[in-house]
Amino acid sequence: MSIDWSWISGHTDDLTSLTVSHLQAALSAVFFGLLISLPLAVVAHRIRPLRGFLLGFSNVLFTIPSIAIFVLLLPVSGLTRTTTVIGLTVYTLVVLLRNTVEGLDSVPAKTKEAAKAMGTRPLRTLLTVELPLALPVIMAGVRIATVMSISLVSVATYIGDGGLGQLFTDGFQRDFPTPVIVGVVLTLLLAVVADALLVALQYVLTPWRRRRA
Amino acid sequence: MIQFDAVHKRFPNGTTAVHDLTLDMPEGGVTVLVGSSGCGKTTTLRMINRMVEPTSGTIKVGGKDVTDQDAAALRRSIGYVIQQSGLFPHRTVLDNIATVPLLLGHGRRKARARAAELLETVGLTAEAGKRYPHQLSGGQQQRVGVARALAADPPVLLMDEPFGAVDPVVRTQLQDELLRLQKELSKTIVFVTHDVDEAVRLGDRIAIFRTGGHLVQCAPPAELLARPADDFVADFLGAERGLKLLSLKTLAAVPQGPAPEGDTWSLVCDETGRPLHWASQRTELPVRPLRDGDSLLAALDESLASPTGLVARVDAAGVLTGVSSRDDIHAHAGQAHADARVAA
Repeated sequence: MSIDWSWISGHTDDLTSLTVSHLQAALSAVFFGLLISLPLAVVAHRIRPLRGFLLGFSNVLFTIPSIAIFVLLLPVSGLTRTTTVIGLTVYTLVVLLRNTVEGLDSVPAKTKEAAKAMGTRPLRTLLTVELPLALPVIMAGVRIATVMSISLVSVATYIGDGGLGQLFTDGFQRDFPTPVIVGVVLTLLLAVVADALLVALQYVLTPWRRRRA
Repeated sequence: MIQFDAVHKRFPNGTTAVHDLTLDMPEGGVTVLVGSSGCGKTTTLRMINRMVEPTSGTIKVGGKDVTDQDAAALRRSIGYVIQQSGLFPHRTVLDNIATVPLLLGHGRRKARARAAELLETVGLTAEAGKRYPHQLSGGQQQRVGVARALAADPPVLLMDEPFGAVDPVVRTQLQDELLRLQKELSKTIVFVTHDVDEAVRLGDRIAIFRTGGHLVQCAPPAELLARPADDFVADFLGAERGLKLLSLKTLAAVPQGPAPEGDTWSLVCDETGRPLHWASQRTELPVRPLRDGDSLLAALDESLASPTGLVARVDAAGVLTGVSSRDDIHAHAGQAHADARVAA
């Protein structure tokens, strides 16, 4: 199994656009996942009875096989990028929702109490006290969701999308290993780089955690 | 300034936290609420800024019923210091102190300038302002807590066991600082503690609560110590309440005479006149010189420790002014008790 380097140099444009498309699909999923998870997590955190239901529901969604999700979505959104992103978003929910709820739970009661006693209203407390303090746990979820989405995008090859995943089908169909290897390596690289960037982002966003006494 | 009128608080689980409380907390004074845990003292405090809502009765601050006001706005107008400081871990010390001014819509710059001023007021360096709470010691965190409560210059300050989590030495320092601040600022302070000594030190008036939320007695510390209303109060104040009363009196009025010379024991001073130790031909013993502002209790203690029964008195600079005898101190201690009984 040897690599055909000339194939790589001949396809740099294709590889670039596939990588961009791959990353775009994964990041969109995480973005929409967060958009949905944040309000749901706040609801689950504040209203105890809903918590079990929401977390349970996100678990159930996670158990649906990925191909099945795409198939189920076909009548709705067809063979489009939208289908890919919706499918991936569903998978991010389980991690993002759970971590956001746990992050909010981890905020010390004393601190929330202090915010209230200082005369901070609930929404402002949520935005300026609870969410910042929950950030480390939320970011842990974002990192998992991002890496997971990057690896899952390839599955969308079945509906004609799939970013770098297209290299796998291409390689398999022609019994030509180079695209497969390149696809795997680029997917891995994307995941590692994205994760490193998220670690850096968290470092920037949580200055209070840097200098431990 | 703060008036409780027939206030009841029953929690949903059926326990009565505060029972028919009618109490006036005078303006510019420190009212200390004491009692064992579960006596309703913290609930009483928290009803003032509506962290807890009373079941019945009215609470007025500055003549206005608290329940008529917007809860958040009310809380911004009342300083609050919590146990273990309750600082925001993700905000710098300066931004922690600036919390209420920012909520009130003062600009960030103005709020920070005010916060920097307060750092100094509570005895912290400007450098501490840039740190995060976890980088400070427990005592420093409490100071920040006090500064945060003072930031919007509220007339009323609520303090819920603010010094409960620090060691005794730091605790005494913080109490001294609070007394010094209070001299300058004359806030109306409500202070919750379960420590009788702290109550006696800080309180202009002390309200003693019994389990079930009953107020048993509210009086100035000297009156309380001299004339406890019942056995519960007497027990709560402890067997040494006579000595605690002496901690309220200074030894300024106790006469002093010249230090002994040529006796068995003599008081050795350095060249500037500061006492160093007691000396006999055979040995030396430590001396603890006292100033006019020190308490009769400290004087009594020193007179027992001193080999001569004499207490060295010094001026503000620590220079010897004379000595007081054990008998004179004892006589003043007795007089302090007699006065307290008459006053009560």
